[in-house]
Amino acid sequence: MTRVHDRGGWPGAGPIDRSEHELAWWEKRTDALMRLLWTPERRIIKVDEMRRAIESIEPAKYEKCTYYERWLIALETLLIEKGILTRAEIDRKAEELGARGGKVQAR
Amino acid sequence: MARRRSSEPVAAKFKPGDRVRVMANPAVRGHVRTPGYLQGKIGSVEGIHGAFRNPESLAYGGDGLPKQFLYLVRFDQVRLWEKYGGSSQDRLLVDIYEHWLEPG
Repeated sequence: MTRVHDRGGWPGAGPIDRSEHELAWWEKRTDALMRLLWTPERRIIKVDEMRRAIESIEPAKYEKCTYYERWLIALETLLIEKGILTRAEIDRKAEELGARGGKVQAR
Repeated sequence: MARRRSSEPVAAKFKPGDRVRVMANPAVRGHVRTPGYLQGKIGSVEGIHGAFRNPESLAYGGDGLPKQFLYLVRFDQVRLWEKYGGSSQDRLLVDIYEHWLEPG
């Protein structure tokens, strides 16, 4: 049984969307955070763990998410799994930022 | 490092030109680095990249040891897809770890 990302040969998958877009600030930050966590000096997250966390996203949710939304979900999953942050801490911070007028979308 | 660790593989099981079959019912579950559409398919070894930590162990916080040989394997596209419409000369080259391969 292949996982949601493993879609080579899927019937009717349609053409690949090759359109590009300007990266939003949160997409750049997500990229930066992940890269800082997997640098050789830190090695807090391994790239294989990140791939595994992305593939573990529930398929219906995976389809709805954009590229960096998947990175962000994986980042949270791994930081919680490793005991660095808790779900409550992340939610509390998101609420705090939201209250300051930032556009933080709760998932 | 001069000293060979016991976890290092001594020799590659396959050599360039060998026919190999990608395992169809692998013991490994979860994160794998071998695409599903190749499972059970026959290809031939094009080259050996070297031995690397196993990503299927690294993905779950493991140390990835023992290292696994990683091969460049060539497949005929017509053997991969039932109704392949391209040239019969078309090939696909994929990196596959040794524990996914058996003699073809």
